[in-house]
Amino acid sequence: MIYFHIFLAFFIPGILGYGGGPASIPLIENEVVDRYGWMSVNEFSEVLAMGNALPGPIATKMAGYIGYAEGGILGAIVGVFATVAPSLILMISLLGLLMKFKDSPRVKRLTIVIRPVIAVLLGVMTYDFFFSSYEGVGLMQTILIGGISFILMEKLKVHPAYVIAGSLVYGALVLS
Amino acid sequence: MKQRDLFLAFFRVGILGYGGGPSSIPLVHKEVVEKYKWMDSDEFGDVLALGNALPGPIATKMAGYIGYRVGGYLGMINALTATMIPGIILMILLLTGLNSYKDEPWVKGMTEAVVPVVAVMLAVLTWDFIKKSGKSNLGWAWTFVALIGSLVLLQYLNLHPAILIFVLLLGALLKKDPVPAENKQAGGERQ
Repeated sequence: MIYFHIFLAFFIPGILGYGGGPASIPLIENEVVDRYGWMSVNEFSEVLAMGNALPGPIATKMAGYIGYAEGGILGAIVGVFATVAPSLILMISLLGLLMKFKDSPRVKRLTIVIRPVIAVLLGVMTYDFFFSSYEGVGLMQTILIGGISFILMEKLKVHPAYVIAGSLVYGALVLS
Repeated sequence: MKQRDLFLAFFRVGILGYGGGPSSIPLVHKEVVEKYKWMDSDEFGDVLALGNALPGPIATKMAGYIGYRVGGYLGMINALTATMIPGIILMILLLTGLNSYKDEPWVKGMTEAVVPVVAVMLAVLTWDFIKKSGKSNLGWAWTFVALIGSLVLLQYLNLHPAILIFVLLLGALLKKDPVPAENKQAGGERQ
C-alpha cells in the first residue's frame, strides 16, 4: 500500500508539472505534506534546501529521498519511476512520430518556427540565473565570475566541467 | 563503447548541474551536440521544444530520450541512471547522516558561485539559437518579430510555454502546402 501511495504522490506532480522539475516542487509538497502527511512543512523545506545544495535534477532527488524515507530502497525506485516514466514515455513516442517524418517540409518548418520560442525560454532562464546570482553574491561577483567563465569557456574553449569545478572551489574558499 | 560514452556524458551533466534540471540544459547541449555529436543543434532544439511542451522534469526527459536514441532501452536506462543517481545517493547519505552540512557557509558559497557560470552558459546557448534562427529561412527581421512576440506572450501575458509550443507545432505540421511560406506561418501564428 505504501508503494502505491509513493507512486501516486510522485506520479501526479510528474504529469501536472509543466516547466521542468523545479516547477513541480509545490505539487510534490502538496502530496507529501498535505495529502499523505509524511513530513511537516519544515522538514520538507529542509529536504528541499539540501536538494538544492546538491547537483543533479531536483525532482528526482526529492522523489528518491522521500521514497527512500517512506519505503526504503524499493520506495526510492518507485518514487523515481513515477516521476520520470510518464513524461518520458510521452516524449519518446511523440518524438518517434516526429522523427519518422523528419525530412518532410512540415517538420523542417516546425524546427524553424520553434527556434525563436526556445531562444526566448532560454533567454528568460538566463535572466533568472543572472538575477538570482545578483541577489545571492552581488553585482561585482556576478560580473567577475560570469566574465571569467565566459572567457574560459568561449574564448579559451575550456570544458565547462573544469569551469564549474573551479567556481565551486572559488565559492567554498572566497564566498563563504 | 557507446554505452560508456552515454554514461560519462550524462554523469557529467548530473554531477555538474546545480540548480535543478533546467540549469543542466546547456551541459546536455555541450555533451550531446558538441562533444559526441549524437544530434545537431537543430534537432536538439526540436527535442528541447517538445520536452518543454510536455509535463515532468526536463533533465530526465532529455536524458531518457537521447539515451534511447543513441543506445535503445539500455541506453535510456543508462543515461537516466547516470543523471539521477549521484544526486539521489548524496541526498540519502547526507540527510540520514550529516544533516547540518547544508548550513555550512562554504556549501552556500559553492552553490552561489556556480549560478553565474550557469547563467553564462545559458546566455551563450540563447545566442546560438537566435543566430541560427536569423540565418535560417526565417531571416533576421522575422526572427526579431518572433522573439519579441514570444517574449510578450510568455512574460507579459503569462501564456504558458506549453500552449505556445503546441500551437506552433500543430500549425507547422497541419498547414497544407509545403511551399516557402515559413515567413507568413511564423508571423500568423502569434496572433
